[in-house]
Amino acid sequence: MHAVVLLLLILPVAAALACLRVPLPAARALTAVTALACFGLVLSLVPAAARGDISALRFVRIDALSSVFLLATGFLYAAVALYSIGYLGQGRHEAGFDRYSRRLWAGLNLFAWAMLTAPMMSSLALLWVAIEVTTVISALLVAIENTDGAAEAAWKYVLIASAGLGLALLATIFAYYAGAQALGQSYDLAFGPLLQVAGRLPHAPVQLAFVLAVLGFGTKMGLFPVHTWLPDAHSEAPTPVSALLSGSLLAVSFYAILRFYQVTAAAVGPRLPRDVLLVFGIASLLLASLYLFGQRDVKRLLAYSSVEHMGILAIGMSFGAPIAVAGVLLHVLAHAAAKGNAFMGAGVLVRKFGTKRISSIRGGLDLLPWSGPLFLLAILALGAMPPFGIFRSEFEIVAGGFRAGGNAAAAVLIIGVTVAFFGLAATTGRMLLQPRAGAPERAAEPVPVPAGASGPPMAGPGGVPGDRPAGPGSARPAADASIPAVLPASRPTAPGPGRRRGEPSAWMVVPVAAGAVALIVLGVHPPAELTHLLARAVSELTGAAR
Amino acid sequence: MLATAGAAAPSVFSGGATVIAVGVLLIEFWMMRQALLRDQVRLYAAQSALISVLAVVVAAARHLPDLYVLAGLSFALKAVIVPIVLRRLLRGLGARGTSPGWTDIAGSGALSLASTVLIAIVVAAFGFFSVAALGIQSPVLPATALEISVAVVLVAFVLMIMRRDVASQAIGFLSLENGVSLTALVVAAGLPLILEVVFLFDLLVVAVVFGLLIRVHHGRAESLSTADLTSLRG
Repeated sequence: MHAVVLLLLILPVAAALACLRVPLPAARALTAVTALACFGLVLSLVPAAARGDISALRFVRIDALSSVFLLATGFLYAAVALYSIGYLGQGRHEAGFDRYSRRLWAGLNLFAWAMLTAPMMSSLALLWVAIEVTTVISALLVAIENTDGAAEAAWKYVLIASAGLGLALLATIFAYYAGAQALGQSYDLAFGPLLQVAGRLPHAPVQLAFVLAVLGFGTKMGLFPVHTWLPDAHSEAPTPVSALLSGSLLAVSFYAILRFYQVTAAAVGPRLPRDVLLVFGIASLLLASLYLFGQRDVKRLLAYSSVEHMGILAIGMSFGAPIAVAGVLLHVLAHAAAKGNAFMGAGVLVRKFGTKRISSIRGGLDLLPWSGPLFLLAILALGAMPPFGIFRSEFEIVAGGFRAGGNAAAAVLIIGVTVAFFGLAATTGRMLLQPRAGAPERAAEPVPVPAGASGPPMAGPGGVPGDRPAGPGSARPAADASIPAVLPASRPTAPGPGRRRGEPSAWMVVPVAAGAVALIVLGVHPPAELTHLLARAVSELTGAAR
Repeated sequence: MLATAGAAAPSVFSGGATVIAVGVLLIEFWMMRQALLRDQVRLYAAQSALISVLAVVVAAARHLPDLYVLAGLSFALKAVIVPIVLRRLLRGLGARGTSPGWTDIAGSGALSLASTVLIAIVVAAFGFFSVAALGIQSPVLPATALEISVAVVLVAFVLMIMRRDVASQAIGFLSLENGVSLTALVVAAGLPLILEVVFLFDLLVVAVVFGLLIRVHHGRAESLSTADLTSLRG
């Protein structure tokens, strides 16, 4: 096991460093291989983690709970690495594109490394550090497009998330203070020992730490009302980064909250943590599901859907019944796959139509023989339709809610999820199913387009050369972060009437198809090993609370 | 001064420690009105230096040798290296501007200075008294220092909210971290040194990223003001 842990800690960093040096095709291949290897390594940890905790290197401790979050990140890392091969294309020769894609490859690897590291850390302090590292790396990745929107989103993101993490650090300090009363001054905030003495911890600091942790890590998780950075960052980041942000980063922050939940429930009883999570969860679910209706930007739409799903996770934890907790953990996995798919599908639509505006995207199913239906499936999965994994997880959460006597909350949950489904389905239905008007209306106002997303023609496998959205010469990627204003921040785009049916790149289809398969497997018949893992994670989370 | 660490009457140690903590809080207030980016960074360095001094005082009075190392590292990093890094990254931003001392950030407050300070005082008082009500005692420092440190954190939030320029917001975050360091000194003085070192290193990374993003922002907006950051809504 030591070797596996060590490889997981080293491989992505090594790949990131190499991506800055080696030729671009090698960087591409290296990232894909590394990501697939990491996913394999994470999978290989599952049986061991389902049996007992894995400790290594003094600062690594992997239990069933961490393993669940490692799985989510590992899967998305692999999917996004493959997707990015298509996203970043081949055969582009613009000045600055080489540097831009190198940075993106290196950044993706580093970002995934930080997110893989966080759940492996054995102590609350190192967990906080790892999450802070995810923030700074992802903030740079949000800014990488170097448009006005990207700069604005990156600034808001790094400031709000860092301020939130400042509170989370305060929470960590108070958790240390509480632990020091039982364990003596020089312990290193490891949760194993902390949980063992939880019954003897003073109450006030633990409660203070929990509330601060929910506010602080909740900022990164996207809980209302501290979610405000989220739609901006998700919509302005390059699509592979958006997928990782939404499917994995939010979940990792939720993992940190779960660790505080474990300690708090064991120290002061589950009442306070559940009530706090319930309030934040309901607020996030309701507000986000209403926001889904008025969205004009497809990636913002998906971002608000993430806020909604984070609300569902918080509500599920607040029920506390084992089946609800099992649903929450399954939801983490299913949401990673579904939201990753949705963002990757949306990325194909954005590339095909050259705009993120929902009103300019029409007839997606006609134009995209594979990505269109897959995007539709991802949206149906996000709306918790059977037979996908999210249906099963939300069903378990609601069942747990009724079992735990939270009838009102469960009813609100059902209503919120239904409202959100209508919001998502109506908007994406228009994009995919509504036929294109004979003469597509010109966008009334200029639309900011991410530079990388509407670039020159793709010549990937199965690609359709010459399928470029804007006039020739108008799309020069603002790739180099050090050259300001290469690309006008906004330019009018109009979907050309002669757009041909076809996929931009096969690389942008394969990972989405894999994600759809994973969603169906999670929904219909989760593998036995996974069921064992979830059961053990549930007993870890609720065992202390009993 | 009811809640001193050892005796009922305030000793020289606890009085001195409280004075230093109040100094940290006052510097936080000072940041509300600083008009030049350079001076804002200097204030941050001064605040960090004060906290290092407090760490030395605690180390001497409570015989915690680890804290000497921490104080030295923290001084080197937060009072010297981070300001230098910010200076390097932000040098040249004022070239287009008018001010010789880097870029002018005067008048970036959302409200008038007086209102901002009033709000900050209310917020600081709230933090002070609500933490006092929790009754958290520390073996190394008077509880007053803890209450002041939480007030520093809250005033840092006011600073980040009220000043609409990226430099003050970044300094606001860094000084928020100073407030947390002060808290850590009170309630977590025994935190293993290795963790403190990791925190400090992390802070350096954050400062570099803040500096880079300030550059990106300045490159696009031609100013440090955040008044134009309103295009993403809904």
